[in-house]
Amino acid sequence: MGDAGASLVDFTGVEKSYGAVRALDGADFSLEAGECVGVVGHNGAGKSTLMHVLNGGVAPDRGRFVVAGEEQPHWNSARARALGLRCVFQELSLCPNLTVAENARVVHPAIWGFGWRGRAGRLILAKLDEIFPGHGVRPGDLVQDLTIGRRQMVEIARAFSVSDAPARLVILDEPTSSLDAHTARQLLAHVRSSVESGVSCVLISHILGEVLSTCDRIVVMRDGKVVIADVARNFDRAKLVGAMGGIEPEAPRTQAAAATLARGEAPVVVRVRPERQADDREFVAHEGEIIGLAGLAGHGQTDLLLATFAAASHPRAGATVAAPVALVAGDRQSDGVFPGWSIAHNIGVRSLKKFRSGPLLSPRLESELANAWRERIKIRTPEVHNNILSLSGGNQQKALFARALGSDARIILMDDPMRGVDFGTKLEVYDLIRAEARGGRTFLWYTTEVEELKNCDRAYVFRNGAIVAELARDELNEEQVIHSSFAGVA
Amino acid sequence: MTAAFQTLLARPWIWSFVGAGAVWLAAIAFTGGYGAGGMLTAALSLSVFTVIVGVGQMFVITLGPGNIDLSLPANIGLASAVAMKTMGGDDRLVVVGLAAAIACGLAVGLVNYLLIWALRIPPIIATLSASFIIQSVDISYGRGLQIKPPPGFADFTNILIAGIPVLAILTVLFTIGASVALHRTIWGRSVVAIGQNQRAARLAGLKVEPVRCATYALCGALGGLNGALLAGYFRGANVDIGNEYLLASIAVVVIGGTSVSGGRANLPGVWGGALFLVLLLTMLNTFGVSAGVRLLLTGLIIVAVITAAGGEKPVR
Amino acid sequence: MSATTAAPPAGASGAEWRRRLRAALPALSLALVVAAIAWLNPRAISYFGFTLMLNLAIPIALATMAQMFVIAGNDLDLSIGTFVGFVCCVSATWLRDEPWLGALTLMGCVALYAALGALIYLRNLPSIVVTLGMSFVWQGLAILLLPKPGGKAPGWLQAIMGVKPPFIPFPVVAAAVIAGVGYFGLMRTSYGAILRASGGNALAIERAGWSLLRAKMTLFALAGVFGELSGMALVGITTSADANIGNGYTLLSIAGVILGGGEFVGGSVSPIGAVLGALTMAMAASPLLTFMHIPPDWQVAANGAILIIVLAARVAITRRGSER
Repeated sequence: MGDAGASLVDFTGVEKSYGAVRALDGADFSLEAGECVGVVGHNGAGKSTLMHVLNGGVAPDRGRFVVAGEEQPHWNSARARALGLRCVFQELSLCPNLTVAENARVVHPAIWGFGWRGRAGRLILAKLDEIFPGHGVRPGDLVQDLTIGRRQMVEIARAFSVSDAPARLVILDEPTSSLDAHTARQLLAHVRSSVESGVSCVLISHILGEVLSTCDRIVVMRDGKVVIADVARNFDRAKLVGAMGGIEPEAPRTQAAAATLARGEAPVVVRVRPERQADDREFVAHEGEIIGLAGLAGHGQTDLLLATFAAASHPRAGATVAAPVALVAGDRQSDGVFPGWSIAHNIGVRSLKKFRSGPLLSPRLESELANAWRERIKIRTPEVHNNILSLSGGNQQKALFARALGSDARIILMDDPMRGVDFGTKLEVYDLIRAEARGGRTFLWYTTEVEELKNCDRAYVFRNGAIVAELARDELNEEQVIHSSFAGVA
Repeated sequence: MTAAFQTLLARPWIWSFVGAGAVWLAAIAFTGGYGAGGMLTAALSLSVFTVIVGVGQMFVITLGPGNIDLSLPANIGLASAVAMKTMGGDDRLVVVGLAAAIACGLAVGLVNYLLIWALRIPPIIATLSASFIIQSVDISYGRGLQIKPPPGFADFTNILIAGIPVLAILTVLFTIGASVALHRTIWGRSVVAIGQNQRAARLAGLKVEPVRCATYALCGALGGLNGALLAGYFRGANVDIGNEYLLASIAVVVIGGTSVSGGRANLPGVWGGALFLVLLLTMLNTFGVSAGVRLLLTGLIIVAVITAAGGEKPVR
Repeated sequence: MSATTAAPPAGASGAEWRRRLRAALPALSLALVVAAIAWLNPRAISYFGFTLMLNLAIPIALATMAQMFVIAGNDLDLSIGTFVGFVCCVSATWLRDEPWLGALTLMGCVALYAALGALIYLRNLPSIVVTLGMSFVWQGLAILLLPKPGGKAPGWLQAIMGVKPPFIPFPVVAAAVIAGVGYFGLMRTSYGAILRASGGNALAIERAGWSLLRAKMTLFALAGVFGELSGMALVGITTSADANIGNGYTLLSIAGVILGGGEFVGGSVSPIGAVLGALTMAMAASPLLTFMHIPPDWQVAANGAILIIVLAARVAITRRGSER
C-alpha cells in the first residue's frame, strides 16, 4: 500500500478500435494513491472504454501500462482485481435472481464455508450503513425486488466492501444517475472520506457540478483522447464545457426566437399525461417544435417517449398523438440496429409500405431511399448494401436517424440518441434536426447531456416518472435543471 | 470465374447439398451403382414431406430465440385423420379434404399462438402442451376404421414425370414462393427483423404480434397440409404418422444454415438438409445397419453439424 | 437503455408478496390434486394408496431435478428422457452382470454430460438442438444394448426401492430427501449461489473472476448424476428395462420445473418447488385421471391442460402487479 502521492496507475498511448469505430485514439491516464480523479466528456468520447481498459476487461490494441511502479506487458482483469481495483459501471452487474448477501459473495470468493451467508450479509450491511445511512436494504432481499436506486446503492457498497484484499482503486461510472439528491450527496461524501484514507477514486459523471466539487484532478476526454488534465481548482464549468467541445453558436438562437413565437401558435400534435403525474400537468408539443426531456437519467423520460409511441397506434385517454411517429433509439444494440442486415435494409425498415410495387417490395425503391439519405445525412460508407456493422458508431446512429427521418413520421421521438456518437457527427445531426423542425416536423428529445438541451425550444424536467417543471429556452442550463429536479423534494 | 465460385462456396446452404451428394455417392458405392436413380427418386419423394414442415418451422425459428413449434407431430397426425375422414375415399372430395386438413392445422397454429400471447407461456411449453391435447383429440377422433385415401389422390402423390415426383416439383415451386415471401413481402421482412431484435422491430413500427400470429398459423397450416399428403402417400392415416417430423423439421432447418437464434433464414438449405437426411437414412439402410446404429448416427451427425456451425457470437 | 423509474420504498414489499404467492403455487397445486383425489376416492389417501400412486414419483422427481440444474443455467435438456431410458438399460444389464463395466459406463456418462456442457459453452451452441441430437444418441445406444425389453435390475436396487418405512410412504420420504439435497446444494452453499448467478448475469460473474466454463460443466454434470439416479430408481421399481421407458420423462421434467416456479431464463429455479411439481405431475398424470374416470385417450391431454392452467395462474398473479 503506497503512501498518498505514489503513482498507482500510469497508462500511456492507449488505442482501441472496434472495427471501424475508433474508441480510444492514444489516450493517457495516470492516477496516484489517495486521489480522486474526475473524467468528463461527451457520450462517445471514450470514457467507458478507457475504464474498461483500466480494469482489464478490454484488451487494447496498443498502450503502455505501469502499475504501482512496475511495467505490465499483459494487463488483465485478474491482475486488476489483485491490485484491488473495483468498478461500478453503468450496466449494473448484480444478479437479479440472487439476494444482496449472495451478490456480495460473488465478488468475495474468500467468503465460503459454514456461515458464509451471515458473513457476507454483515459485510454488505456494514458498508451500506457506512455509506448510505437509512438505506432500508436487508441482506436477504432479492435484488430483482429492489428499486433501481437501491440496486445502485448495493452495487456501490459492494465495490467499497473489503473482505481479504484491500480496495485501492474504485471506478465509479455515472454512479449518481439513479440516486436522488440526498443519496448522491452521501455517496460523494463517502468518496471524499475514502480518498482521505488512501483509496483512490475515478469519478465519471455528466453532472459537472459533482465533478468540480468532489475531485482533486479532472481529465477531459474528446474523440478518444485526453485533451486536458489539470487540478480541479483550475477548472470551472465554462472551461470544462469548452474543452469537451460544446459551445453553441449564437446565431441560430436569435433566428429561432422569432420562429418559436410562430410555433407557439401551431397546432398541438402531442398531448400526453405521464402515468405517475399527480397534478394536471401534461406534456404538450406543437407542430415544428423541438421539445427537450430533462432531469436525472431514468426518471420517466423514456417511458413518456414510449407512451407517445404507443399512443400513435392505440390512442387512449390522457395520450393523444395527431400524426405518425418514429423513434430514434439511443441504445443502438438493444433498441435500434438489426445486425444481420445491410445499411439499406436498416434505413428502410420503417418505410416498407413505401417500397411496395404491386404486392412485393421493390429493392430499387429501397436503395433509392438509402442512397438519398446517405447523401443528405452524410453517412460515410462506399456502399449502402454493406452490413450495418461496417459503419462507425456515429454513422450507425446516423442510419437510425435516416430510418426515422426517411419515413412518413411527422413526430420524431429521440431516446438519448447521441450516445456513443463523436462530436463532429453530433453537430451535423443538430443542424439536420433544426432544418427538419423548420420544415414542420416535431421532435421530442430526451438527452442526458444538458448542453444538448440548448437545441430545444422548451424542455420538461422529469422526476420519479412525472413532470416537475417546464423550462423556457433561456433556462436550459445545468443549474436550472438540477434545481428543478429537486425542487420540493426533501 | 473463381470469384463466382468463391461466392458460391460461401453460401451456407451449399454444404447441405454437398453433404447430400456425398451420402448418395457413398450409398451407391456400396451397392455398386445399382438403384442409384431409384434412390434419388425415392429421396425426392420423401424429402417433400420434410421440406413442407421444414419451411414452416424455419419461419417460426427465425422469429427469434425460444420460438419453435413442438406440436408438429400431433398436428400432422390429427390432420391426416381429418383429411381421410373428410375425403371418405371419394375422389370428388379430395379438395375439400385438403382444405379441411389445412384449416385444422391453421387452427392448431392459432391455438399455439393464443397460448403464447395471451398466457405468456414460452413457445416451447405452449406448443408442447398443445401437442398433448391435440394428440388426445386425434386419438378419440381417429379411432376406429383405418380410412384409406381416395385412389386418385393416393396415385397423385406417387406420380412421376421423367423420374421426378410431381409432388417434388410442386414443392420446389412452393419453396420458391416462400423465398419470395421471405425477401419481398412486408411479412417476410418483419419475421427476420423480429428474429434479429424484437424490441427494435417494434420500435421501428413493425407489427410484431400480428406477424408472429401469422407465422405460427402458417406453420400449423403447413403441418396440416403435410398430414393430408402423408396419408395419401402412405395410403392411410394414423396418430404416429408425424412422429419423426419433429426432429426432422428442426434438423433440416439447422443443417440448412438457418440460425437457431433467429434473424437469418435460409430456404434452399431446407431442401439440402432434407435431401441430406433422407439420403443418410437410405445410405444407412443400404449398409444394413440396425435401428439402434441409425438413431445413434443421426444424433451424432446433428450434434456435429451444429458444433461445426457454432452459435451466435455474443454481441459486444 | 434508461433505467425504470425509481419507485418509492413500498414497491419492494408488493413485489415480495406477489413472489410469495407465486412460490406457494406448487404446494397449492399439489394440495389441490390431493384434495381432488381424496374427494373422488377417499381410500386412496392411505399409506398403501400413496405408495402406489407415487410409485413413479421418485424417478420423475430425480429427472426433474436434473432438468432444473440445466434450466438454472439458461439451457434446456431435451435428452433427459432417453438418457434415463439408457441408464435403465445399462442398470438392467451391465450393472447386474458386470458391475465394474456398468459403473464405469455410468461414470463415463456423467463425464460426457459435463463435456456437453463445455461444448455448449465454448461454441455458444443452442442447447435445444444439441440435446435433441443427443436424445437420438442415447436412444440408439439403448436400443443397441436392449433391442427388446428385458434385463433384470440388480437386487440391491430393487431392495432400496422396495423399502417400506413406518408411517410415511417411501416415495414421500425419498422426495423429501431429494428436495432437501437439491435445496441445500443449490440454494444454501456458496458455490450454489455462483451456479445460479451464472444463469442470472453470466457476464457479471465472469467479470468477477469466476469460470463460466466450470459453472456450466458443473450444472450439466449434476444433471447427468441425477439423470442416472432417476434411471436406476426407475429400473429398481420396474425390475426390467426397455429402451423407450424413459421417453416421457423429458416433458414431465420440464413441466415439473416450470410448475415448481422455475423460469426458463434468469437462473430462478426452486428445488423444492421442482420436487413438488414432479409429485403433482406424477399424481395428476395417471391416478387422478383414472379416479376422475377420464378415458385413457384423454389422459394425455390432461397433462397438457394442467401445465397450461398452472402457468395461466402464474401469469394472472404476476399481472396483478405493475407488469405491462
